[in-house]
Amino acid sequence: MEQLIGNLLRVGVLVAAIVVLVGGVLYLIQHGGGAPAYHVFQGEPAALRSLHAIVLGAATLQSRWVIQLGLILLIATPVARVAFSLVAFAVQRDKMYVVVTAIVLGVLVYSLFFGRV
Amino acid sequence: MTVLTLTLLVAVGSFAAGLLGALTGLGGGMVIVPLLTIVFGVDIHYAIGASLVSVIATSSGAAAAYVKEGFTNVRVGMLLEVATTIGALVGAYLAGILSTTIIAVVFGLVLLYSAYLSLRPRAEHVVGGPPNRIALFLRLDSTYPSAGGWQPYEVQGVPLGFGLMGVAGVLSGLLGIGSGAVKVLAMDQAMRLPFKVSTTTSNFMIGVTAAASAGVYLHRGYIDPGLAMPVMLGVLAGALVGARLLTGAKPRVLRLIFSAVIVFLAIEMLYNGLTGKI
Repeated sequence: MEQLIGNLLRVGVLVAAIVVLVGGVLYLIQHGGGAPAYHVFQGEPAALRSLHAIVLGAATLQSRWVIQLGLILLIATPVARVAFSLVAFAVQRDKMYVVVTAIVLGVLVYSLFFGRV
Repeated sequence: MTVLTLTLLVAVGSFAAGLLGALTGLGGGMVIVPLLTIVFGVDIHYAIGASLVSVIATSSGAAAAYVKEGFTNVRVGMLLEVATTIGALVGAYLAGILSTTIIAVVFGLVLLYSAYLSLRPRAEHVVGGPPNRIALFLRLDSTYPSAGGWQPYEVQGVPLGFGLMGVAGVLSGLLGIGSGAVKVLAMDQAMRLPFKVSTTTSNFMIGVTAAASAGVYLHRGYIDPGLAMPVMLGVLAGALVGARLLTGAKPRVLRLIFSAVIVFLAIEMLYNGLTGKI
């Protein structure tokens, strides 16, 4: 199980990095000559904020959306790890830690899907 | 400056941060925000978003290597993650309402504190103690591999450790850093865990803590793909190269240099924050 969790983390980070890299190359080809505007905070457009819109945009190979998809895969990696731990505690019939892990997973899922605090 | 030039410069800076962070064991995440805001003039909210993403990448990569060696105490990690993830949500909330001046000043103070901790040799502490009622109830006591076989230890100070972890979570969510220093402090000093156990368990927790605030940052529009891309790839590549170069002991000279860089960035953050330039 521990071995499995270790591999899960490694594969998650690797896949996320590859997706971000592919999106990054596309991004520099499409927008490399433009002027950056990070010194003033405007916030990303709504289409780069929600999971649903990001997946739709990435499906059409729009560079910024592909990068964002890679970043979501990265954020999802520790979430998946916690979900695996939940299963591991359930298999050991460790009720106390099933509850503890479920609380952590709940906070993470809430943040990733709703993200309003 | 074009997007291409900025992207390459940010990638090189992030690579250096990841490399030095891994070589010194101090983590590169905490220099990313000052680097982006002070050197490149990036807004602090975008900088925190990009930094947070890089923290998840390096922590998950490192945790993968440690988890199978048997040092990580998964129960302690999971219990404390309740505190760090809720703290991280509070921190992300505060990042949305506090002024950039306050964020910059808190950041500067945390950097100074981290530099202080890194220059001081890690204080020897008593490992374990008499069996603790709360630790027994939560079944936190465990064993770790040592030269003389599996060594048992008794966990102490659970409520204090839990509270400190909540603070670590708030700082992580507010500043986009891993807060490894505060986490290790809570586990060393309050809970009296053996060094290797606290270090690896902290690494195990950093990615989960960062993920809790990253979701909020994403929905708030703080994570810009064009900026986060070179930061994440640069820090990750630097950390991987650093881990490969590292053959054991953390080089003292590098630690001194990196601490000096942190102190310099701390003063810059405080100055720019107080004069309203961030």
